[in-house]
Amino acid sequence: MALQQDIDDAPRSGSLLYDPRVRGIFFQTVLIVLVVFFIYEAASNAIQNLQRQNIASGFGFFETTAGFSISQHLISYSPTSTYGRAFIVGLLNTLLVAAIGIFLATIIGFVVGIARLSSNWLISRLAAAYVEVIRNVPLLLQLLFWYFAVLKSLPSPRDSVDLGLGAYLNIRGLVVPRPVFGPGSMLFDVAVVVAIVAIVVIHRWARKRQMATGQQFPVFWTGLALIIGLPLIGLALAGFPVTFDMPELKGFNFVGGTTLEPEFVALLLGLTLYTASFIAEIVRAGIKAVSHGQTEAANALGLRGGYTLRLVVVPQAMRVIIPPLTNQYLNLTKNSSLAVAIGYPDLVSVFAGTVLNQTGQAVEVIFITMLVYLTISLITSSLMNWFNLRMALVER
Amino acid sequence: MRNKILPLVLGAALGVAATAAHADTLSDVKAKGFLQCGANTGLLGFGSPDDKGEWKGFDVDFCRAIATAVFNDPTKVKFTPLTAKERFTALQSGEVDVLVRNTTWTLSRDSQMGLIFAGVNYYDGQGFMVRKSLGISSALELSGASVCVQTGTTTELNLADYFRTNGMQFNPVVFEKSDEVVQAYDAGRCDAFTTDASGLYAERLKLTNPADHMVLPEIISKEPLGPVVRQGDDKWLTIVKWTHYVMLDAEEAGVTSKNVDEMKSSANPDIKRILGTEGAFGEPLGLTNDFGYNIIKAVGNYGEVFDRNIGPDTPLGISRGLNALWTKGGLQYGMPVR
Repeated sequence: MALQQDIDDAPRSGSLLYDPRVRGIFFQTVLIVLVVFFIYEAASNAIQNLQRQNIASGFGFFETTAGFSISQHLISYSPTSTYGRAFIVGLLNTLLVAAIGIFLATIIGFVVGIARLSSNWLISRLAAAYVEVIRNVPLLLQLLFWYFAVLKSLPSPRDSVDLGLGAYLNIRGLVVPRPVFGPGSMLFDVAVVVAIVAIVVIHRWARKRQMATGQQFPVFWTGLALIIGLPLIGLALAGFPVTFDMPELKGFNFVGGTTLEPEFVALLLGLTLYTASFIAEIVRAGIKAVSHGQTEAANALGLRGGYTLRLVVVPQAMRVIIPPLTNQYLNLTKNSSLAVAIGYPDLVSVFAGTVLNQTGQAVEVIFITMLVYLTISLITSSLMNWFNLRMALVER
Repeated sequence: MRNKILPLVLGAALGVAATAAHADTLSDVKAKGFLQCGANTGLLGFGSPDDKGEWKGFDVDFCRAIATAVFNDPTKVKFTPLTAKERFTALQSGEVDVLVRNTTWTLSRDSQMGLIFAGVNYYDGQGFMVRKSLGISSALELSGASVCVQTGTTTELNLADYFRTNGMQFNPVVFEKSDEVVQAYDAGRCDAFTTDASGLYAERLKLTNPADHMVLPEIISKEPLGPVVRQGDDKWLTIVKWTHYVMLDAEEAGVTSKNVDEMKSSANPDIKRILGTEGAFGEPLGLTNDFGYNIIKAVGNYGEVFDRNIGPDTPLGISRGLNALWTKGGLQYGMPVR
């Protein structure tokens, strides 16, 4: 008896034309060729039009001198640096805000989300109010509010608030003493690395010991002691080769020390609180998604509220939380481009703002900016996907 | 699969069809029936909407003069407010026909952007504004100061150059819109505020206490401000250039919007050529021969436009200075109409 499989496999006359696999491959090849052709034509059309209109094109502008100053730069930069360096400065500023923002927003989001589920009436109402208000006001307005609210309340440099220990707070920013590591402080770096490695090793060992014997080890406190103690010992052995660059009021502003500028603080505050309100709702949804039977069983075993949440509910809730959480991280990274409204030199402000205007090459600059944001977002999502896989329940 | 291929092929073919050749701007403007002018977002005296939403200002009047030259109607203009960041892209892409937005004439803007300047309608320079309470009297005492500045302008570059040449340090605080710059300066975020001197006088009016602020005497750069058009369109460039020159020539000859009707019957050959009673100078430009008369009657000559918007009797109170006619010791020089 002929099986369907035999009928499908058996070639008929004119077989190549009717073979479904070959047809599939053929049409997919045609599609790829068309797409590539379309992209090529669009790009060459754009280049042709730019040249016809005598607009400079190409990426040579990266080597040209920038000529403008940037107020905050994590790497050294001066007006004689190139546009390429300005691009990297802007990129690093964006990454800095995004990284710190994601970290803080996650913490605040989790706290507020869990607080909203609290049985304490006041705490849950406060958390609900926070989420509802912050979620519903546009982010740009919030940034402007934080910037001008933060600004107007701070004194001018000549009347700075003295925070003690050489730190001062004024309208130009928070200026703190900067440690300058002299020669022989290599021991400090080595000690930090050793401490981190030791913490990881101890964490693994303590886990294994707990699995085997059930005894707990105070990993957190040990880790804290190591990360503070070892570098200090390293410094002591080298004879404390650390001097502090103390800020002094000279003329208009403080000279020396490092300054945390109000633009950065306002942007961070606005972004963090805004994204945290969304993350709070995601966390609340994730926790509610875990069946109540789990909580009851944990309570029946004698686990108190905090332990139940940490050891039983949240690990299961993470499966539901992580995909929307990735969304919020990407949103935060892209929303940081609003920095141009409050004067923080992020990638869009420096590159797609100043550099675009000075060189006039809108097509190349915007294309590169989009590519950069795309890359950052793809890296973030792939990291979160890897994390998601690790959190997945192992099914039979 | 076959049914999905055909629409795809057609779509791709349409997508890559060559864009229509750029018809020249004059025909486009005439076909549209109005001039699309790139203007400021709100610079008092130069280009800003008043409380009724009508655009008023020095640059705005110049746009109206171009519209009058083409249509004999100064109201046939629509204004697109543009920030410093987007002004050139808007002109390059064809969104506006001409950009009259206190834009500085520089080499890179003439060569790299596919744009070209059509003259200088205001000779300016960059200056600083500080609070009187700081007690400084010269820009050279600004070392270590924070300075508020607008992004993507020659101001930003000149600021860096000036401080570098004089060996001083500064902290730039950069914003996209001039309103934000002024707000931050007013809130005390920075010690000084820098832009073209004409802009300083205009923005000082927006501060909470204009009398608390002073403009430092140093002018640290040349800022020749003028209208900009796209390259490759000589006819349109010529029209914009000669609108400006006709207004200067009229002021030089003493023709104002008040006496232009009497002057039409004047025997002076210069005046006859400017107003179009003699010679056919409008038609080769693509305009009517009496375009000079129309402009002066509807908008006024250069001096009238200056005095009406930014002159000594206005809140800005700027004197002619470098922008006086060449016969009075300034730099404004109209090419002869002949």
